[in-house]
Amino acid sequence: MPNRNPQLNADGALTHLLTLEGLPPAVIRQILDTAVPFVGIAEREVKKVPLLRGKAVFNLFFENSTRTRTTFEIAAKRLSADVINLNIGASSTSKGETLLDTVDNLVAMDADLFVVRHAQSGAPHLIASHLIAKGRTHVHVVNAGDGRHAHPTQGLLDLYTIRHYKGDFANLTVAVVGDVLHSRVARSLIHGLTTLGTAEVRVIGPRTLLPAHVESMGVQVYEDMRLGLANCDVVVMLRLQNERMKGALLPSAGEYFKHYGLTMDKLAAAKEDVIVMHPGPMNRGVEIDSAVADGARSVILPQVTFGIAVRMAVMSILAGA
Amino acid sequence: MTTGLPDAEGTLHELIERMRPAVAYDAAFVGIYSGGAWLAERLAREIAGDHPLGFIDVSFYRDDYATTGLKGGTKRSEIPFDVTGATIVLIDDVLFTGRSVRAAINELFDFGRPASIELAVLIDRGGRELPIEATYAGARLAVARDQNVVLSRDAAGRLSLGIEPFRAS
Repeated sequence: MPNRNPQLNADGALTHLLTLEGLPPAVIRQILDTAVPFVGIAEREVKKVPLLRGKAVFNLFFENSTRTRTTFEIAAKRLSADVINLNIGASSTSKGETLLDTVDNLVAMDADLFVVRHAQSGAPHLIASHLIAKGRTHVHVVNAGDGRHAHPTQGLLDLYTIRHYKGDFANLTVAVVGDVLHSRVARSLIHGLTTLGTAEVRVIGPRTLLPAHVESMGVQVYEDMRLGLANCDVVVMLRLQNERMKGALLPSAGEYFKHYGLTMDKLAAAKEDVIVMHPGPMNRGVEIDSAVADGARSVILPQVTFGIAVRMAVMSILAGA
Repeated sequence: MTTGLPDAEGTLHELIERMRPAVAYDAAFVGIYSGGAWLAERLAREIAGDHPLGFIDVSFYRDDYATTGLKGGTKRSEIPFDVTGATIVLIDDVLFTGRSVRAAINELFDFGRPASIELAVLIDRGGRELPIEATYAGARLAVARDQNVVLSRDAAGRLSLGIEPFRAS
């Protein structure tokens, strides 16, 4: 069955995590449920469980990321896996080796799981398809961010955080604010939210930073931030990447902050018990004011903690498939 | 078919009578989810003393993860007391191969170094594959290897025993 979702094996179990788009709600819920007991591991004297003992997890980061790589590394180590970090920029790809040759070599070194970040959308999918075609069904791929496409573990940790503080998605209004156009985080979160039946998902930002047909993702579009924040339960701020400021999409950081920076004043339009999230790293004074980032409604640091448990859940589900 | 199975409440009473004179006054009771957790709650209520309660889900320590993977519904282990130096009674509903108990002991040691661990089970059905024995058992039964003994609890909290065809669990 060539058209089968490559993320699921013949039994319908998750075997690669490439994107939240098209994943059945039951699979997403299974990951979130499995993450719950992993949160408790951090509070023990020995912060480890033996699930992935003897397995080798390779972090393949073709694009820089300190936080995501570190949280994957911590997650794999808490599962007792051996973790190998490859600094790809300084390795054989720069000598001309193709991506799939690199993968085949690492499989020959008995890799069990690849965590892949790549600037090209679709790179993790390519690796997963290659492994399936070669019949290496015991080797698994986790997408740790590919181009503008997807960042499913970030989307999952956002979903986990929302569920932790707000419970069921069916009664929630969630706003995603900022540079949705370039954000794989936003794309993954929006797919996850709509799959789990969130009552209302809004995107807020200037038209120049929203994808052309963003409404087709099942979201309401607001260009006016105060209107968009009205009665929200959850506000997810996106990082405004510095490189975007240099192009023609935006006038200036100051101008952006004036219209789309989250301040206590703007946040007052949302519900009183709203939670504020941010995938990090934050640009204080650009997309979010320090008073909000460090304030009582912020759950930005718990997101990081939950992210480790969610990545443990994903890796332990994949490695057991 | 439930012929030959003892009444769960009566067996629990037997277990309580065996534990009462022997269990340390301050022993912590740690139940293995889910049947052992129900039993731990009942035992803590009915056996006099100061018995801190804990619950353990051994899914992350099982030895069959490589073949069966993670099943859904894993609960968070809750050990709300200091394990180091504690006297612990580990509690499970049915003792069979001993593999769940092995996993539970390993997990407890990741919380600290207990002074001692005893094992209390409602039913010892034989069939051990590891050198593990119950300190206290409510009843001993012979059950065919392709049958599972299953403890259930109704809405009123009443326990009952049943038999199901074997499934790896």
